[in-house]
Amino acid sequence: MKPAARLTLFGVAAATFAAVVGGAAAEIRPNGWYADFVNRVTVPERQITDAVTAVNFDIRGFDTLGEEFIMFASVLGVALLLRRQRDEWNGPPLDRARGRGVPAPSDAIRILTVALVGPVVLFGIYVVVHGQATPGGGFQGGVVLATAPLLIYLAGEYGSLVRLAPRWLVESAEAIGAGGYAVIGAIGMLRSERFLENWLPLGKAGDVFSGGTVALIDLTVGLEVAGGFIVLLLLFLEETLVRRDPA
Amino acid sequence: MNWLQILILLMVAGFGLAVVLTRDPLHLAVVASFYGILLGIMFFLFQAPDVALSQITIGALALPLMVLLALAKIRRTERSR
Repeated sequence: MKPAARLTLFGVAAATFAAVVGGAAAEIRPNGWYADFVNRVTVPERQITDAVTAVNFDIRGFDTLGEEFIMFASVLGVALLLRRQRDEWNGPPLDRARGRGVPAPSDAIRILTVALVGPVVLFGIYVVVHGQATPGGGFQGGVVLATAPLLIYLAGEYGSLVRLAPRWLVESAEAIGAGGYAVIGAIGMLRSERFLENWLPLGKAGDVFSGGTVALIDLTVGLEVAGGFIVLLLLFLEETLVRRDPA
Repeated sequence: MNWLQILILLMVAGFGLAVVLTRDPLHLAVVASFYGILLGIMFFLFQAPDVALSQITIGALALPLMVLLALAKIRRTERSR
């Protein structure tokens, strides 16, 4: 494309973008009447103190189901792209193979990363189960949980990582998490003909077991996201450390 | 808007430019990670802690990790050619 044509294209795109964003910005209500409305409703009607979680997993729960399957499909896509080709083979991990110039991590890094694994797992579980009470929830907690195996890898323990988190385990976790969300929604439909109806006792706002099905959905999303991210991590590590091209 | 919010908006704008101007992918992973943390702080200062948590974990951790692993994969393929 010629520079002049490129500049014209950019000018048109920038003007359109500015017009759309400007128009949208003019429509924003400064005090957020929707936010006020949601904040008023979630505690009396759902016993949920984190309004964001209430919107994500209950009021607009159907949208989140779609988003969750976007994540599921993208992990599937990466798995498809990084699958072992017919003429490739798996050798010993590069960071362990003899004669390879990959430096071992220093003692300081090993101690720090191994010491962090426990607190990270605990924090991840905390964030997942307190989704309805405090900021956070299944998605955020799931990603925090998925960093634990990464820490194990950083400590130079690729072998332990593969033993601790075998593919079949994390893949089933991801599948159970994704399917569980849909099943919880379907149970609501069987009971009251409304998909994702909140069919569990609501409990008391601020408790771990408050919010009815929201607490359960939080768990399934946590499983799905943690599983999905660990699958990604394992796939990439296998591709870079173990996979060998045909000689 | 208080001065902290103005400061973080300016920093996000500045480092956004830095991310665009970083041409080396390896450097980009580090710069983008720092930019991810800045964005997280910005969301936090604008009273969106849920989004801030997601942003820090995804933008500052998962994204640079994926960039690094993809780079390692590319270098390995190039070396064997």
